[in-house]
Formats: sequence, C-alpha cells, structure tokens
Amino acid sequence: MILEDLGKKLLFFDGGMGTLLQEKGLKPGELPETWNISHPEEIIGIHQSYIEAGSDIILTNTFGANALKFHDESCPLKAVVEAAVGHAREAIARAGVKRNVYVALDVGPTGKLLKPMGDLDFEAAYDAFKEVMIYGEAAGVNLIHIETMSDTYEIKAAVLAAKENTKLPVFVTAIFDERRKLLTGADVPAVISMLEGLRVDAVGMNCGMGPEQMLPVLEEFLTYSSLPLIIKPNAGLPKQRDGETYYDVLPAEFAETMKLVVEKGAVVIGGCCGTTPAHIRKMVELCRGIEVKPVTTKSFTVVSSYGQTVFLGTGSKIIGERINPTGKKKFRQALKEHDMDFILKEGIMQEDCGAHILDVNVGLPDIDETAMMKEVVTKLQSVTSLPLQIDTVDAKAMEAALRLYNGKAMVNSVSGKQESMDAVFPLIQKYGGVLVALTLDEDGIPDTAEGRVRIAEKIIREAQKYGIEKKDLVIDVLAMTISSEPRGAIITLEALRRVRYELGVNTVLGVSNISFGLPKRPVINSNFYTMAMQNGLSAGIINPASEDMMKSYDAYHALMNLDENCSRYIARHTELKEQVSASTPATVHEMTLKAAIEKGIKEEARQITMQMVKEKAPLDIIDEHLIPALDFVGKGFEKGTVFLPQLLMSAEAAKAAFAVLKEQISAAGQLEEKKEKVILATVKGDIHDIGKNIVKVLLENYGFDVIDLGKDVPPETVLEAVKKQNVRLVGLSALMTTTVVSMEETIRLLRKEAPKCKVMVGGAVLNQEYADMIGADFYGKDAMQSVYYAQELLNG
Amino acid sequence: MDQITREAIRYLGYGRNAADDQTLMLIKDSFESLRSVVGSKSVCRIFDLQWKDDGTVIIGTMEVKSRSLGRNLRGCDRIVLFGATLGIGVDRLIARVSLTDMAKAVVLQACAAALLEEYCDQCQEKIAEEMRTEGRYLRPRFSPGYGDFSISCQKDVMQMLDCAKTIGITMTDGFMMSPSKSVTAVIGAALTDTKCHTHGCECCEKKDCQYRRDTL
Repeated sequence: MILEDLGKKLLFFDGGMGTLLQEKGLKPGELPETWNISHPEEIIGIHQSYIEAGSDIILTNTFGANALKFHDESCPLKAVVEAAVGHAREAIARAGVKRNVYVALDVGPTGKLLKPMGDLDFEAAYDAFKEVMIYGEAAGVNLIHIETMSDTYEIKAAVLAAKENTKLPVFVTAIFDERRKLLTGADVPAVISMLEGLRVDAVGMNCGMGPEQMLPVLEEFLTYSSLPLIIKPNAGLPKQRDGETYYDVLPAEFAETMKLVVEKGAVVIGGCCGTTPAHIRKMVELCRGIEVKPVTTKSFTVVSSYGQTVFLGTGSKIIGERINPTGKKKFRQALKEHDMDFILKEGIMQEDCGAHILDVNVGLPDIDETAMMKEVVTKLQSVTSLPLQIDTVDAKAMEAALRLYNGKAMVNSVSGKQESMDAVFPLIQKYGGVLVALTLDEDGIPDTAEGRVRIAEKIIREAQKYGIEKKDLVIDVLAMTISSEPRGAIITLEALRRVRYELGVNTVLGVSNISFGLPKRPVINSNFYTMAMQNGLSAGIINPASEDMMKSYDAYHALMNLDENCSRYIARHTELKEQVSASTPATVHEMTLKAAIEKGIKEEARQITMQMVKEKAPLDIIDEHLIPALDFVGKGFEKGTVFLPQLLMSAEAAKAAFAVLKEQISAAGQLEEKKEKVILATVKGDIHDIGKNIVKVLLENYGFDVIDLGKDVPPETVLEAVKKQNVRLVGLSALMTTTVVSMEETIRLLRKEAPKCKVMVGGAVLNQEYADMIGADFYGKDAMQSVYYAQELLNG
Repeated sequence: MDQITREAIRYLGYGRNAADDQTLMLIKDSFESLRSVVGSKSVCRIFDLQWKDDGTVIIGTMEVKSRSLGRNLRGCDRIVLFGATLGIGVDRLIARVSLTDMAKAVVLQACAAALLEEYCDQCQEKIAEEMRTEGRYLRPRFSPGYGDFSISCQKDVMQMLDCAKTIGITMTDGFMMSPSKSVTAVIGAALTDTKCHTHGCECCEKKDCQYRRDTL
C-alpha cells in the first residue's frame, strides 16, 4: 500500500526516538530496545505523539535489535521485535487517526565492521539482519527501513537479507558527512548506483547533520538518483552542555528548511536525533500542502566500489586486462599455486598505470573458479578501490562474485544467445551491475556492422523484460583480427559508431584482439585504439602497462578537449622524461651492488644487477654480493646501528636484484634451487598483520618459500596448510593480549596433530616468558631473529 | 626537523639515533601519501565522576576498578570520554603498500601513529579550553589497556560515545579497533591543576621499551 503513495504524495516519517527515551530516563550505554519489554507505555506514548503530530510512517524501537549488537539474556530478540511492532500497532489504534499510518521495521547497523577491514563476515552480517527482518515481517510491519548506515557493504548485506527473506518494501538511508561521503568512503553516486541495482524502493540520508548541512548532499542525490528521495536530518549538529548532547534547531526553523527540502524534490521526510513530535508537527503543518516533484529517471552508466565511482560516457575509460590467465604463463602459474600476492600486485600495478576499472578473470580448467573468484574479488577490494569487472562464463562464479562485491560491479558478459541471456539477466536483475553484452548469438559473430547492431538491439529488448535498462548495458561489438579478417577493423568501427550514436548505448572492446597474428602488435593496437575512441568507445579493455596504448589514450583525450588544459597529458609525459634521466647508466656505475642494497636503493640495485649478469653467473652474484650485503645490514640491525626502515629498504632492494637473477636463471633454462617452506599467519581474531609481513619480506630475502596464510587465521587452517605442504616451521604473529589466546590454541593443535612442526612466535605483547608459557619453540624478538632461527632449523 | 617527524622516528625505534637520509625521505613521502587518505574525526562526552570507597570509579553506567586509572584520575570530579580516529583510508593505504613496499608500509604506520597523537592532542587542547571556562584542568588522557585499566572497558567507552555511528570506530571480538589508527580514552578533569603529571608513555611500567619517550 505504501508503494502506491510513494513518490506521489509527500510522506512523513516520525522523529527521534533515542533523544526522547533519554529524557524519560534511558542511560547512556543502556540498550534502548530493552525498553520494549521494560517500559512499554513509554514506547507506545512516543509513537502515539508522532502519529498525532502527523507522521505517516512510524519506526519501531528496534534500531539496534540484531544479534551482533543486542545481547540481553532476559529479552530474547524475537520477543523484543514482536513487542516493538505491537507497541507501534497499539499506538496507531490509540491515536485513532483516519489516514493510513505505516509501521516500518527500523534496522540500524550492527556496530561492527565487515571483512576485510573488520572481522565480521558478510554472511554473518546478512544472517543477523535476516533474523530480525523475519521477526518483523511475521509481526506485521509494512516496510523495512534500513537507516543510519555508514558502509556500503553492510547496506548490501541488509538489503539482500530483506529482499531474499521478506516481501516487504525496502527504504535505505545512510549517514553522509560534510565531505558528502560515508565514513567508509563511498560518495553519493556510489551509494545510489549500488542501491538502484539492488532495487530498493527509496533511498536517502539520515542523521549526521542538520537540515541545512544536508542541502548540498541532497542536490547530489537529485542529480543522480532515479528513486524517491528520503531526508531525515538531525535537529542540527550535536552540541554539548553540562555533559549532555543536545541539538538546537528549533521546530519552526527545522520545518522551514524541510519545506525547502520538499520543494527541491524529497518525497519522504522526517527527523532523526534531537527531533521531537513538536518538530514533526511544525514540519507537517508547513509542508502538507506542497505538491511533490515527480521523481525523474536518470541515465548515467555508473560502475562503483566502496570508494570510487566511474561514469561511462564521457571520454573513454580504461579497463585493465591483466588479471586474466589467457596467454599469460606467469599468471596461470600464480593461480595454480594460489599466489595471491602476484594477482593483487597485478591489480595495483594497473591502477598505478592509470586503469579506471579492473577486469577479473580467474578461470582455469583445473581450479575451483567460484572459490578463487570470491577470494580474488574480496582481496582486491582490500588493496584497491577501483571498481571491478567480474569476467567469467561460469554463472555460479558470477553470482558468488556479484553477491560479495562491495559496490555496483561491471560484469563480463552476456551474449545474444538465448541461453546466455536466460542465465545472466536474472543475476543483474537481482544484484545490479553494468553488463557487457557481446554481439554474437547462436549463429556466431555477424560479419557486417548491421548484423552486430541487430544483436545489440535484441539484447537491449530482452534485458528490458528483466527491468534492466539501457544505461546498465555496455555493448561489445567485438574486434576481429585483421590478419584473417581484412575488413575486421572497418566493420567493428562502424558497428561501434552505430551502437553508440544510433542506439545511444555505451560501448566496450577488447582492443588488442585486432592485431592477433601480426608482428609489432602494439603499433596496430595503439592506432586502432585511437580510432575506436574516435568512433565512440566508452571503455577499452587494454593493458595499461603498455606505453603505446597509454600514449594513444593520453593523446586522444588531449586532442578532443577531454583533458582540461592538457593537464593529464602534461603530468604523465613530463614525469616520464624525468624518470629516464634519473636512471641514466652514468650513476649506475658509481655504485656497487653491495652499496645499493645497504643503502636500500631499489632501482639502482636492479640496474646494477642487470649490468652484472652480462659478465657473471647469477649464483655467483648471489653468493659474492647479495648475501654479504644482506648479512652486513642484518648484523647492523642486531647491533642497533641499522633500523627497521633501513633493514626493509635493503630487503626491497635485494628483492629487486633477486628478481633480475631469477629471470636470468629461468631464461637459461636452469631450475631454481628448491626452497624450504615456512608458513606465516596472523592468528585468529587478529586483523593487523604488519609484523607478519615484515618477517615475510625478510624470510623471502633469505631464500625461504613463504606460504602466507594472511590475518585472522583459524588454528585449523594453519594445521591444514602444515599437513598439505609438509612444512617444518610455522611463524605466528599476534598483536594483542586478547589474541595471544588464539596463538596458544594454534600451538596446542599443531603439537597434537603435527608434532614435528616447530613454531616460532612474535608480536608486540609477547616476550620470552610469555612465549614459553604458551609452548612456542622460539620467540622472535625482532624480524631478524626469526630469520636466524629459520636458517638454523632448516638450512642447518 | 619538526616535532611530528621526530615522533615518527621515535615510533620507528630509532631511540637516540639519527635517522638516515633515505628514511627521512620515506617519512616525508609517507606524510604526503597520508594527507590524501586521512579523514580525522573525534567525539567526546563529559560525565560527572563518582568514586566508591574501594577506589572504583563510576562513569555513567560504567564501573571501573583500576589502580593505574585511579592514580591518573586522583582529585578529579568530572571526566571526559574521548574517541578519535584517522579513518579507514589509512588502513587501506597500508594494506596496499604492504604488498609492494614493506619499508614504506612500516614508515606509514609510524607516521600515522604520530599524526593520530598530534590530532588527539589538538582535540584535547580544545576540550581543555572549554573546561578551563568552568575552572577545571585536564589530566593526561588514559586509554583502556594502559596499566591495569582493562582493555575490555574499551567496549563500554565506545558504546557510551556511540563510536560506530558518530566517528566510525568499530571493535573486533578481540578488542582491536578498526580503523586501526583510532584512540579511545578517558580524560579526568579536576578543580586543581597538577603541573608535574606524567604523560601516557612515561607513566607506563614497561621501562625497557625501545619506543619509550623519557629515556630517549
């Protein structure tokens, strides 16, 4: 019923609950939801006064009622939610007003941060929301209002819980700050695009600011959102007097600004902290007669993550193609060996080169693609805020990734084949996303532009059946190599132009296919890239590390007035020149490899090593230059003349030298020496892993093969890895006394199940005595001690 | 050299030693990288401080029995609960840099710690000004986990400040704060000023700590 009114007439929410409860005696830190059981009359009274003030929607007193936040032995969650809904219903009955009054289940945040930055599993958050939402629907609420959210990921968990477990309308509001962002970094278009994709019914903001301060954010909402807008400000910014927080925007002033809010375009309004029935009454009086502005549909093509938004359509965007095993031997190997660092570094490298979106394809015949996709997507999202393009032909992997992705993803791909559309469209309908659509169907790839445009039209029509709009499709008219298809480029460019300008849809291409089978491919690729951009390419899937491609990109944008004052062009190309002059060989010869490593100058170490391999065997360079330099620095560290940053700079420099030698060894067809394996992990419950990472860099330097299990690692996972890899040494790290318990538990398990494996421990709160107490074999006072212990034990 | 660079060097464990040029460059570079990701926020709430006979202090709904906190709060009748953070962007930056350059990751960590302390000092100075108008003087801030002030009290402090909502600090089951560059603390306020009150680091009982300030 509420959906019939939404957007057509102005709807009034209620105002603050917490503030009123505090006035009635709720203490700071006390859980307001317990009052549903202990003070029912107070709760009913508050609801009733809001209804009498004119509220059309009242929020149940369940803001913190979720299993993660609400722990009270005497009040089970179910009883709390049922009582809360009952009080709202009772208040409606008592108020006896003639209009419809709706009860919204109030759902606030869990108060925990989700992984990877926090310790809460996405699915655990989902379950907590699901539980209370099921209770709420059973108790008879009319809608779910998810509010006061600070994290897109948590919002996604809550919305999915609502959508998958109830039939109720879903409203969502989040807290934006003066930077117009959520605390976790998302901006307005990022939040809107994700929520439109998840198909909520209304979006907006609440809390955090007063009505005045919300105006600029509101403007942004109106620019980007196609959904009805909710605005629920506080009664101003919080102030303090005699230790109490208070808000000082009075009802009349509040109502005046809310009138402006409605005139600008909000269609559901109410109040948050500090607002009272008096505020709502004034607001209703002043705004009741205003006709609402119709909600307008926007046509931006937006891909987002928790911290970045990419608009397709102005200029051309770069989609980095490197996270993909096709034709990449090293990447294949990394996937097979589960070398996550390699994969993540490919992501970072592409971002540094200028990519706007990263394609993620981890499909190999002999790996579990779904599991790998989930892991790579989650881990990439902890080291880069670039939006991702989920690239897979496996619908299961696609769904798993879409579910876990924090933001609105790009998805690669659907085709004009019925089977493909039947499998992929429902996923986009459910999770949202910008979908790459390939212009091929059951009959293959048409060899005319006309044929490809026809398929594009078919895909667009079919998508509409699922409510997927044109703005969420990006058409790939496919580049066919000109070595076998002489008119390949001409057809592609024509199709590109027609799709973009006649159909008005964004476009994408895997650009480098065009040169397959030809020599000096970058020459063809980079020129074709320019031509494609000129013909309407919204996004190119390219290698951002290719200088030729980036030159085309930069030049095109400078030439087409898409790079204001040529500032991007100047910044990128002036810098290049400086780099070249800084690494001229003249300086290289002045320094020895030993000095470069001791001083910790990475680039020098790399360059000198490249010179040296021309005259010397790699193994001799290691023995005569690298190892002595590392030993010198390590000794200095022990004596207290070299400090941690220098130790690590030297380690990084040595790593750069090793990389050159490694390449040389494998180019010569020699096998590398077999390395001893060491497992490292930050223990369960511990989410800070800088200490472990320091040890890792040093161990790798000294020739160990480190298996890094990451942070927050359960004892069972450590044991499993020890057994599977047959490892003789495990290093465990813990930062706090509270997590040393998990360390002890891990050691106990290893002793029992893998008694031959030694355990070394380290971390801020540990000392020898503590390490002995929990049964460790060795306490590493600092990172070098761990290296020495590993050498003694394994290389002995 | 400015104060904050000196603090960063101390956090890096240099003690009395001078930092080399490479490290100094890395420190400068790190402060620059941090500038674009730091989103400082703070929150505070003032309570009356009540004492029980056995030395337990009562702050709102929270009761704490701790000798070291008791010593810190001696003579106080009001107390400020305080929370501050540099935001989650810092953790994301460090996670990212840890993959490509561990030396910089370590330096970022130290620089962020120094920035956080500086920010807390600035916030505290503002609170002190306000308290002076009512004739009260602040004691040094004291955090759960210092001395025998149990880390588990962090939970109550965060709840009373509604930290997750107001400034975005959350806590793991193991009492770790996320964002990691965050502080929760109590700051006592008394009608008398004590000039020679020792500050956080110096009053710690771990005398052999390589990061300790008063031995440097």
